[in-house]
Amino acid sequence: MFNRDRWKEILEVLTTNWFRTVLTAFGVFWGILILIILLAAGKGLENGIKSDFGDIATNTMFMWTRSTTKAYEGLPQGRSFEFKIEDVRTIEENVPNLRYISPRNRLGGFRGGNNVTRGTKVGAYNVYGDYPEIINQDPMTITAGRFINHNDINDKRKVAIIGNGVRNDLYEKDEEVLGSYIKIQGVNFTVVGTYKKNSNDGDGEEGQKQIFIPFTAFSQAFNTGGNVDWMAITANDGYSITSLKEGIIKLMKEKHKVHPDDTRAIGFFDIYERYNRVESLFGAMSFIAYFVGILVLVSGIIGVSNIMLIVVKERTKEIGIRRALGEAPWSIKMQILMESIFLTIISGMAGIIFGALFIYGVNALLDANGPVDMFLNPSVSLGVVTAALIILMLSGLLAGFIPAQSAIKVKPIDALRTE
Amino acid sequence: MIEIKDLHKSYKMGSNSLHVLKGINFKAEEGELVAIMGSSGSGKSTLLNILGMLDVADEGEYILDGVPIKDLNETKAANYRNKFLGFIFQSFNLINYKNALENVALPLYYQRMPRKARQEKALKYLELVGLKDWAHHLPSELSGGQKQRVAIARAMAAEPKVVLADELTGALDSVTSYEVMDLVQKINDQGNTILVVTHEDDIAHMCKRIIHLKDGVIEKDEKVKQVRASEYV
Repeated sequence: MFNRDRWKEILEVLTTNWFRTVLTAFGVFWGILILIILLAAGKGLENGIKSDFGDIATNTMFMWTRSTTKAYEGLPQGRSFEFKIEDVRTIEENVPNLRYISPRNRLGGFRGGNNVTRGTKVGAYNVYGDYPEIINQDPMTITAGRFINHNDINDKRKVAIIGNGVRNDLYEKDEEVLGSYIKIQGVNFTVVGTYKKNSNDGDGEEGQKQIFIPFTAFSQAFNTGGNVDWMAITANDGYSITSLKEGIIKLMKEKHKVHPDDTRAIGFFDIYERYNRVESLFGAMSFIAYFVGILVLVSGIIGVSNIMLIVVKERTKEIGIRRALGEAPWSIKMQILMESIFLTIISGMAGIIFGALFIYGVNALLDANGPVDMFLNPSVSLGVVTAALIILMLSGLLAGFIPAQSAIKVKPIDALRTE
Repeated sequence: MIEIKDLHKSYKMGSNSLHVLKGINFKAEEGELVAIMGSSGSGKSTLLNILGMLDVADEGEYILDGVPIKDLNETKAANYRNKFLGFIFQSFNLINYKNALENVALPLYYQRMPRKARQEKALKYLELVGLKDWAHHLPSELSGGQKQRVAIARAMAAEPKVVLADELTGALDSVTSYEVMDLVQKINDQGNTILVVTHEDDIAHMCKRIIHLKDGVIEKDEKVKQVRASEYV
């Protein structure tokens, strides 16, 4: 295969008719280019939508209470109830395979009034009472100091971790943040850390304007007792929260005396289910991309096969001479196959390179003009490129197979008679 | 060197078959220069094709240098052709995108001779036919006589046991024909066995022996006094 004479001959044959070779190559080039661009576009859309999920652990659900819609055990319809801190324990003990159960409380919120002051500066922020585990479910980068720890929880320390957005509002640019005090609804908290969140959707700004304080300190400072606004529950790897959530909700209904058929009393939001739906959508999309791309590629390959047939026909006499001189049939077959594979791979590589440049250009454009909604970093993985190359190799083989077969089907004596 | 016993060959043309060779027997010793003559349709090309293993006989034996030639598949036939036989064709049959040297080296390439040795040897044979200076010319840049000489060099390059020539002067004018025959005689003088199919009397008489074919049988097999082509050149 790595034979100088054979390669020389391949080049000689392919360069004899430049224009024809280029036209043929264009078919394959075009096919692989379209395949790459379709896949990259699909990936871009996928990246864009997935980034809206932010860094939130996707195997997570949120669960909160609403008012009951059915009377049960002597309790009336329309009763409101709250999760209690003991519920966390109950779930932990009764539902296996859960990784984190974080009870959460919140102060402020949408269109809330100013609730935080520092000296003369005021602001309206979401203030969360949290356990340390929440940082694994709603990830953020600690840019200075630290996050809540278990000592904070146990000692009910009045400490706060503030977002970079909060910092910019309440502090001067070069002011020291750690160790300073902010007043949340009149209660002083020491700032022990700042954080930054990675998110590029519409909530990005709001994500930086949150304040996290220990759950226990929150309960004490704002008189919420053992109440829990909502819980963030993450399942262990290998178990989906979607399949576990029924058990959790059933347990909570029993505990809070809610009618088992009351589907509205406990609200929930299952990120995993959402995420899966999106995943399967993208699965379907990349299937379509492959399907269309490969069909276009196939038409290019048929072009190659066609040209190879013509080349073989043109070279019938030459093949006859070579066989008369003693070239073995397999060697002739090999020659034709290699010509076909070479042509396919070269044009395919050109397609891949051109596609990569195109993607690079689009990325540069996106970078220059800022993020576009639902479209981010279109790309194809190395795996896809390798797959494309293998597809090319196989298709070159396929394209050359029939012509190669027909090349050795003609008897040398008949081939020699051809003029 | 060549031995043929009771060779038969017929072609099927639709419902009737055409019996072309009807029992050919002959022997050629090493170093002979044999002309096979006959009018068109006498079966001389068919005989040559069978001798050249480009075609298979229906019946009969063919022994080449002690090796019985039978049960040939394409790969085996190609191998035998490469080792035992050199071909010279009427229409030269050079490969037109390869230069003279590459054309001559082609049979050696099929023997998997290393590139360098191949080229040296090919150049040696080109020198033998007087075309060393034309080694890097394409066939399209050569005259008819030169092309045929390249073809002869190619036939000789693999050092075959027998050279088969099919109307080798058919496409050449008489002066060039004699030059080519002169070369053939010189090669024969060195002890090579050569079979020439021709329908030209003067060419046939430049061989040492003439076999006349008529209607698929040998009509006459005679030794003749060789006319040296150099007398005409």
